[in-house]
Amino acid sequence: MTLNRRGASTCVFSAMPAIISAASVVGPREGKGPLGPLFDLVCKDTLCGEMSWEKAETKMLRQATDLAQAKAGIEDAHVDFFLAGDLLNQIISSSFTARDKDIPFLGLYGACSTMGEAIALGSFLIHGGFARNVLAASSSHHDTAERQYRYPTEFGYQRVPPSQWTVTAAAAVVLSSQGYGPKVEAVTVGRVTDYGISDANDMGSAMAPAFADTIWRHLSDMGRAPEDYDAIFSGDLGRVGSKAALYLLKKRGIDLEGVHQDTGLMIYDMEPEICSGASGCGCVASVFAAKIYPEVRSGKLKRVLLVPTGALHSPTTCQQAESIPSVAHAVSLVYPEWGEGGS
Amino acid sequence: MTRPGTRERDEYNRLAQSFHTPRPILRNTLMAFLVGGAICTVAQVILDYLLTKMPKTQAAAMTSTAMVFLGAFLTGLGVYDEIGRFAGMGAALPITGFANSVVSPAMEYKREGFVLGVAARMFQVAGPVIVYGSLSALLVSILRLYVFK
Amino acid sequence: MTLLYAFLVGGALCALAQIVVDATKTNPAFVMVSAVSIGAVLSGLGLYGPLVDFAGAGAATPLFGFGHSLVTGMLEDAGRLGWFGLFTGGLRATASGLMAAIIFGYLMAVLFNPKG
Repeated sequence: MTLNRRGASTCVFSAMPAIISAASVVGPREGKGPLGPLFDLVCKDTLCGEMSWEKAETKMLRQATDLAQAKAGIEDAHVDFFLAGDLLNQIISSSFTARDKDIPFLGLYGACSTMGEAIALGSFLIHGGFARNVLAASSSHHDTAERQYRYPTEFGYQRVPPSQWTVTAAAAVVLSSQGYGPKVEAVTVGRVTDYGISDANDMGSAMAPAFADTIWRHLSDMGRAPEDYDAIFSGDLGRVGSKAALYLLKKRGIDLEGVHQDTGLMIYDMEPEICSGASGCGCVASVFAAKIYPEVRSGKLKRVLLVPTGALHSPTTCQQAESIPSVAHAVSLVYPEWGEGGS
Repeated sequence: MTRPGTRERDEYNRLAQSFHTPRPILRNTLMAFLVGGAICTVAQVILDYLLTKMPKTQAAAMTSTAMVFLGAFLTGLGVYDEIGRFAGMGAALPITGFANSVVSPAMEYKREGFVLGVAARMFQVAGPVIVYGSLSALLVSILRLYVFK
Repeated sequence: MTLLYAFLVGGALCALAQIVVDATKTNPAFVMVSAVSIGAVLSGLGLYGPLVDFAGAGAATPLFGFGHSLVTGMLEDAGRLGWFGLFTGGLRATASGLMAAIIFGYLMAVLFNPKG
């Protein structure tokens, strides 16, 4: 069997799967942000007409998946796998969304890196010949995350500068073995790194080494420089984490200045309450679906590297004073008309 | 290198710290002073009024009851968390903040039911305050009564 | 005049706690716990009583005052009941605040939903 790998650990696709549709559903605050008009649906309030925020998050994820399927014109019967994950305990938003779908389901957890994990696994399934169409999705909700990871939402505590604001958003994409859309060219699956950051209010710094490690491995495996990409997106390092990541990469001789953008800094007008930036599974997923995806599809961006990063801690491990392990997955996407095999 | 040794980790921690935006200590302190002072003034107004009607201990107790109501009501309206967000300790330290710490989980976990949600979670934040307050008061009282008579 | 003292002392105590939070990057919950304990110690040293006399609600309203009430209650009851007063005094002196928290906490949970 031919091994579809390049370098030490990057998977390359000889027949590149295409992302044939993408959809996003966001909360009111995200709808008012600079990307507001680009999202498919904006909820009027954080409850989206539901009785609880958990139900609201599930509803948003279901709407996003329904929309992505509708855009691709593919019904449940023709989707071979549904891959999804979120931040809540036992990934309930994803499982409860899957309950309403007649699609074999694989639940994922990668914190904010989940969308990268889902696209990577979906591409493997398609390239391996196990699927024609795969639905990949993830979601997060500010208030469900607040009450799970921090304090009750009405508790009057002061947010601190390095902390990040969990986004209320869900997004889904359909990956397919055929059809028109940005193509998944290569995937570098991240290694779990831990540089000893234990402050749950500073996830950007905790995730930066994972991002740097994955970027370094991806570029050296592919024999590329940062300039070979029109843009490299990190999935929510925030202001603090972005600075740390760029510094770490510079030490390894890689300069991302000018190419790097952080999705956590794109979704909101940066009012003081947002602190270091946005985060959450839904952040990188919705920014990808609403902004990055159309730009690669239209050819405005020819080749981008999407690197969602996830902090893999839990409230329990934080209370036990454990440091925060992190992971980042790199997904290289190319303009569909570049054709098979890339440049 | 996915999990470096202690020396590198300490070095990275220092590096990460250097990228933090410094906390706006001056602004925070000023806001805490103004808001905390204002809440205490409200309490004093209530206390002064009650002192014209009843003895001192009763007036003091009734003042704290009134302030707890105020904090609870503002939490119910969804205002107190906003005050806390910019006033920090100015909102958290007065007894209204204690009320906020009781009411916010009570409201938050209503959707999980009135027994295991509201009632069980009510003292999630305030419980430690009562426990350590009582224990330290006990220790101090024992010292006062039996050691330093 | 007491109004001004209440404002200044109450504000100063909150500002002090804020400085501690910002300088040590402590979790607010720890500071609240510490404040009660420090209030109890200051009360035991005989320092907090005079502050309450001077600033009224300005000293009684912040959580330090809660610790002070606990100690005052224990010492009072110990005067009447001996050592057993340690078991009754603390919560007796703070009963109104705690009961109010339970009553209004429950009431608000019935009446309102969190807005996020």
